[in-house]
Amino acid sequence: MKILVCISNVPDTTTKITFSPDGKAFNTAGVQFVINPYDEYALTRAIELKEAQGGTVTVLNVGEADTEPNIRKALAIGADDAIRVNLKPTDAFLVAQQIAHYAKEGGYDLILMGRESIDYNGFQVHGMVGELLGIPTIAPAIKLDVNGSTATLEREIEGGKEVIEASLPLVVTAQQPMTEPRIPNMRGIMTARTKPLKVVEPVGQDAKTSVQNYELPPAKSGVKMIPAESAGDLIKLLRNEAKVL
Amino acid sequence: MSVLVVIECANGEVKKSSLEAASYGSKVAAALGTSATAVAIGDVQADALTRLGEQGVSKVLLDNDTRLHDFVAAAYVKVIAKAAEVENSTVIVLSNSNIGAAIGSRLAVKLGASLATNVVSLPQINGSSFTVRRGVFSGKAFSDVELTSDKKIIAVKKNALDIETAAGGTATVENFSADLSDADFATAPKETIRQSGDILLTEADLVVSGGRGLKGPENWHLIEDLAKALGAATACSKPVADVGWRPHHEHVGQTGITVSPNLYIAVGISGAIQHLAGVNSSKVIVVINKDPEAPFFKAADYGIVGDATEVVPKLIEAAKALDK
Repeated sequence: MKILVCISNVPDTTTKITFSPDGKAFNTAGVQFVINPYDEYALTRAIELKEAQGGTVTVLNVGEADTEPNIRKALAIGADDAIRVNLKPTDAFLVAQQIAHYAKEGGYDLILMGRESIDYNGFQVHGMVGELLGIPTIAPAIKLDVNGSTATLEREIEGGKEVIEASLPLVVTAQQPMTEPRIPNMRGIMTARTKPLKVVEPVGQDAKTSVQNYELPPAKSGVKMIPAESAGDLIKLLRNEAKVL
Repeated sequence: MSVLVVIECANGEVKKSSLEAASYGSKVAAALGTSATAVAIGDVQADALTRLGEQGVSKVLLDNDTRLHDFVAAAYVKVIAKAAEVENSTVIVLSNSNIGAAIGSRLAVKLGASLATNVVSLPQINGSSFTVRRGVFSGKAFSDVELTSDKKIIAVKKNALDIETAAGGTATVENFSADLSDADFATAPKETIRQSGDILLTEADLVVSGGRGLKGPENWHLIEDLAKALGAATACSKPVADVGWRPHHEHVGQTGITVSPNLYIAVGISGAIQHLAGVNSSKVIVVINKDPEAPFFKAADYGIVGDATEVVPKLIEAAKALDK
């Protein structure tokens, strides 16, 4: 089985987000970038499937050279090889086009990715890739097993889950509790250095959106404290003052 | 060339998030000098659709193929694409749900449209260009995004915009068929497993959430009892889901569910930046924590310093005493 895992390079979840004074750019100074947490579920599940059934896991990132440390990390966790499409990922369709092109070229059975990136929060690329390739997307999946050419999945829906069987090839997005993300071990880190990382040029520059500026949410005006002894007063305040009950 | 609104239905009713989408779509239609048409999919009664007139929708296209009662992306996309073609719609509005994201992303490719998800504002319309505000960095910031294609798809974040209701408004309901084939249902679910009786977290107006400060699963009844007394949904922090006290689908935060209820009550949650990201678009936040230095108090509207096991029973008692 040939599996392609798409990963994004995102600010660590503890990052305090700030922007340039004109609001045009995200301040990256001092920010630690990590593999998008949702993509880690996809990557780990892909490696587990490969270990159980044989095959290969290729990681793909659409990004500039500064994403390579995290691509190497994905190789250290257990992917076999990597592709970096040398392009700044500014738009979901732009990214989806790259993934679809290289996915088609590689002839993968399964294309896995996280449900969304924790920076852009588009939750769009999965469906766009599926539509571009003319294959189904199952999103968001919380369980994925493969038996021959059939995948069995659980998809989260509001208020429950669905069990789905689908034929490969397939696009699947991952979220917890699909699996527990792995941390690379020393052997993995050593071997990752020599695993192939191919840098390829983008195909087309067709973006459909453009970010104009960023803004932080307004700060809270201050907290009103209620003594623990008279905690019941809170309920009255929520009804009469905040008017939410 | 009406604005097309995608309506999700369940148990015979229109989902609240779809009423928000209908209200949004009608306002966009008014700004463009046109009307709003809805396309309804799923299990719904015709009179629930007629009432969409209260949100300004003039016409509803209903595909009542029973195979559409379960969500199947390929089939839903086909129905909506057909409706967009019939209505000659260049703007499509849907809700930013799992279903909305699955439909919107495929439809954007099929129609060559620009897509904005997680949208929290009406568009600024400048000729053929729309600019909308959307949530980014998992609730830590907003960005203004220009949709540059002629066709636009907008997925509206839940509880971000008010539902405008004009009492007595009615929409005409027309039957509509996209002539679906069995192949369109290739990924239909084999089985649906529903949680019973709970209020849906993502649709809830009120949420009571618990963290490690509850000390153990044996105290979880405090969260459930308070939620029950208020008519709220329950949620939890990531550590609580990670240790298995609660299922992962209740985990609110940056890598879990993002909620934006009118009231979010956090009990025994310190307020790590990842958790705040998932809740900070809530309208009113209450924090109950025994540590007065807990960072969550900085993001709260109301706070109580105290132990959950002592404070929460008092809240339950006061909530029960409220006349409904």
